[in-house]
Amino acid sequence: MPTFGFNHVEFLLVAALWTLGLSAIAFIGGGILGFVIALARVSSSALVRGLAGAYVRIVQGTPLLILLFLIYFGLAIVGFNNLPAIIAAGAGLVIYSSGFLGEIWRGCIESVPKTQWEAAECLAMTRWQRMTRVILPQAARIATAPTVGFLVQIIKNTSLASVVGFVELSQAGKLINNSTFQPFIVFITVAVIYFLICYPLSAWSRGLERRLNVGRR
Amino acid sequence: MSAVVKLSNVHKSFGALKVLDGVSFEVNRGEVVAVIGQSGSGKSTALRCINALETIEQGSIEVCGHAIHSDKLDKRALRLDVGIVFQSYNLFPHLTAEQNIMLAPTCVRKLGKKEAKDLARDCLARVGLAEKADHYPEQLSGGQQQRVAIARSLAMQPKVMLFDEVTSALDPQLTGEVLKVMEDLARGGMTMILVTHEMGFARKVATNVIYMRQGKVWETLPGHQLENPSTPELREFVGSEL
Amino acid sequence: MTYEFDFSSLLPYWREFAEGVWLTLQLSAISTVLGFVGGALCAIARADGPPWLQRVVGAYVEVIRNTPLLVQVFLVYFGIAILGIRIDANLAAVLALVVNVVAYTCEIMRAGIQSVHKAQIEAADCLGLTKTQTYWHVVLRPAIERVYPALVSQYVLLMLASSITSQISAEELTAVANRIQSDTFRSFETYIVVGLLYLALSFVVRGAFSVFGMLVFTRRRRLGTPL
Repeated sequence: MPTFGFNHVEFLLVAALWTLGLSAIAFIGGGILGFVIALARVSSSALVRGLAGAYVRIVQGTPLLILLFLIYFGLAIVGFNNLPAIIAAGAGLVIYSSGFLGEIWRGCIESVPKTQWEAAECLAMTRWQRMTRVILPQAARIATAPTVGFLVQIIKNTSLASVVGFVELSQAGKLINNSTFQPFIVFITVAVIYFLICYPLSAWSRGLERRLNVGRR
Repeated sequence: MSAVVKLSNVHKSFGALKVLDGVSFEVNRGEVVAVIGQSGSGKSTALRCINALETIEQGSIEVCGHAIHSDKLDKRALRLDVGIVFQSYNLFPHLTAEQNIMLAPTCVRKLGKKEAKDLARDCLARVGLAEKADHYPEQLSGGQQQRVAIARSLAMQPKVMLFDEVTSALDPQLTGEVLKVMEDLARGGMTMILVTHEMGFARKVATNVIYMRQGKVWETLPGHQLENPSTPELREFVGSEL
Repeated sequence: MTYEFDFSSLLPYWREFAEGVWLTLQLSAISTVLGFVGGALCAIARADGPPWLQRVVGAYVEVIRNTPLLVQVFLVYFGIAILGIRIDANLAAVLALVVNVVAYTCEIMRAGIQSVHKAQIEAADCLGLTKTQTYWHVVLRPAIERVYPALVSQYVLLMLASSITSQISAEELTAVANRIQSDTFRSFETYIVVGLLYLALSFVVRGAFSVFGMLVFTRRRRLGTPL
């Protein structure tokens, strides 16, 4: 039985890169989809608002684990049997992230004071112009801190991709544990690596929040 | 006549800023003393020192037999004897007016719920707000909130009541109702020390008026003689306030 | 590529599904209550404790918030086994969930505690209340009322996150789903049913918390405004 050593740590670090890669996919894909959802949630059409609202409620009301299983088995049903695990994991995380990012961004759009909408309307701007030139830039500033904060959540959530077989940091830990049978040291190392990735982002998000609050005064 | 409150040569600084520069005065039982002066003259600080909310560097303060700022001060006992009403009322927003008043008697004097409720209703009636017992602070006007704050202090049956610019944050039309309550208290024999800008009230109700300037007691005179100050500074101050 | 959806083969398992729901509710309820009490204590320590304690609690909160729950569950489960204590997977699950939710509760409650103005505490002190009495009546009660929505969201998330404990074979709804789908080979249908059950649970739990809040926070019920 091999003991946990530097070659294992190396394996973990490579897996951590996959964690980062999957997180990037989830963030970018979830971001694009989430942006669409956010706009839909503030749409003038009640139907669009309702549909987007239902989407958000469903995504936020289902455990990520179940979502991943659904996509994994769902893809198998439509014939994709031997897809690389990253597809199922990526799709699941994109959908999950979009549900939360959409809500966060909707909140930011709505927290731009109503007076800004009115001012833009009085300048004869179309709804689209109002949105893109006045509201969204301000919403984006408000959104920076919570978005960075959610990025930390995405990185932590990639740990669940292990259940569909994707080899990211947590799965790598499980694999090493299965050969060395030293779960404590293995998962402590895994935890430390996650911490080193997430903590700077969390601290940055807090710093952004502080600066934003000061700036608004 | 024994002094209920006695300040002797009190000095206090906030860092490099000297706020109290040898303040001495006495208040006897049943007296109403108004402390007036410009902002920064040290009057609020003096009041807060009397209630042991601030420390002092030199001198002594004695209240109802308690030696404030001595190591052996029983703060709990002091709080039972001295009530204070603040400029920003500080009512507890999650409690109704009645519950605000009942809180201390139940916790500190260990009154039963029914007794405390009766006491609260009495105090509210004394300040003219019996029908607002069930209202939350946010449903009351500033003047009403301040009267509830007075009732809340009264419920603890203090021997001395301190008032820290209690009408300064109020709209002019609401000031009157609060001053009336304070006048009733004075006529009832309560020993009161008030920091105030209300010159008319001071002249009408105060036994003594203490004018503070640059951290010192500049002049003391009976309330009804407020139009005839001896020092030019007080003359100027009264002239500008009236 | 036609797939015949067959939900009927899941019908005989309705009792197992119901049991799974009940187990998840139990697991979540215990973790929520313990998590709230622990979190409130940590928040008090962080807001008002001696500096060394503030640092320790602060470090604990940072570690929990920057590592995945899955890894925390593994560490609790294997860590305890290493100490030689044979532990039930369900107990390990509760432990891991509590350790996790205490940290999040602590942050939420700390924000609530710090939202109470110093002037309120001074007023209570001047009325003669002891430090403990002040803390309970003037700080904690309004703090809890103020952060109640955030706490509720956190505990609903906890209920959904309890699915992760299936990975150490704790007994809850997801573990039940895993068993049923391997029995029936109707994986997609099974997870759809379980997904809907979790969705229903999140509505019900949120509703229950709402009702509870209305009962406990008289001011909110009567005035309808946030504190």
